Amino acid sequence: MATAQIALVREHTEQIRPPRALWVPFSLGRPLGVPNDTAFQRRVLISVLDLFAAESGPVLVDFPDDAPGDPAGASEEEMEGMACPVPMAPTPEEDDDDRAAALTREITRLGPWYDLTVDKRGRTTVGISGLEMEDAARYVAAILDDPMSDSPRDDLSRGEALKLACEDLRAYYLEAVTAQPGHTSIAEREDWFWNETHAGKAFWALKPICQASDDPMMQAMGNYLLVPRSQLGGVGANPEYDT
Amino acid sequence: MVRLSDLPEWERDYLSSLPCPTFDSDPWVDGPPLAERRIAIISTAGLQRRGDRPFMEGTADFRVIPGNVATGDMVMSHISVNFDRTGFQQDLNVVFPLDRLNELADEGVIGSVADFHYSFMGATDPRDMEPTVRHLAGLLKDDAVDAVLLVPV
Repeated sequence: MATAQIALVREHTEQIRPPRALWVPFSLGRPLGVPNDTAFQRRVLISVLDLFAAESGPVLVDFPDDAPGDPAGASEEEMEGMACPVPMAPTPEEDDDDRAAALTREITRLGPWYDLTVDKRGRTTVGISGLEMEDAARYVAAILDDPMSDSPRDDLSRGEALKLACEDLRAYYLEAVTAQPGHTSIAEREDWFWNETHAGKAFWALKPICQASDDPMMQAMGNYLLVPRSQLGGVGANPEYDT
Repeated sequence: MVRLSDLPEWERDYLSSLPCPTFDSDPWVDGPPLAERRIAIISTAGLQRRGDRPFMEGTADFRVIPGNVATGDMVMSHISVNFDRTGFQQDLNVVFPLDRLNELADEGVIGSVADFHYSFMGATDPRDMEPTVRHLAGLLKDDAVDAVLLVPV
């Protein structure tokens, strides 16, 4: 079967030597470069499909342009318009004493922004856990209180349900924050989630609990599948395969 | 991705240390001109339809994505937390360029778009995926596909 591929890490592609590859200088998670930029995506796509015309290989070609306005490289000036959708400093009664209540209040406050995003995009990527956001938050809080809390789904282990609940919560928060006016970078959004929200605080608190768990998925979450390397400064990377 | 030289040292060292398979030969398959090719997308982004089984650590099989899938039905359960998801949240095509491919087919740039596309979860050891991939190659041939676009995340 003839193949052509987009390559995000040129050094890996040089070692693997696939038949036809187009290296692109874009952020991980964005192999076509820019969301909602049809013309740019089309250029990338045609560039990789053109490799099917090569007469021999391996072929490794560099895409010539960076992604325009790639938020990964947004300047300080571009970020000035960022508005914070929720109060950054938790009020005293929202401190860690009742995590479930604090998370639920935060989810409620983000609701209008999340709804705006769904209206604008006509879709949401929230939903892999099958849980309502409030139920996902309650499960995270329950695990923080008692790591042996039952899975909310009969068909998923405790750790599997926790992983999916965390992914849905993160997706919900990030979809909500991007409804705000202004240009926020990928890093800015991540920093906001991990350092300025109750959900982020809860995830940080989950990390050591997961590491101490007997559940394999929870162990993996504690070690490398919960907090990104970018937040850890490189600590906790999966020694094998990751992205 | 952004150039390794632009990354923090810890991230550069991590990516540089990831094991990469090597092969004894350079396989090569010819085919018709692009305007006659039937193309399928294989993604490693852990994409799935809402309600499909989520990918978990070590999952080596794939999820089927019908060519007429509704964008709103597409979600992602890749286990890694180390890549941006906000692009995908804004526009499926930045990860899975099905609309762009259909446009090229409508314009005659490519021959046609396959009826089915596929997604793996790229954090699994690729050696564990090999039996599934051999099975998948047969499915692609049954769909008359003669060109596969591989898209990482």
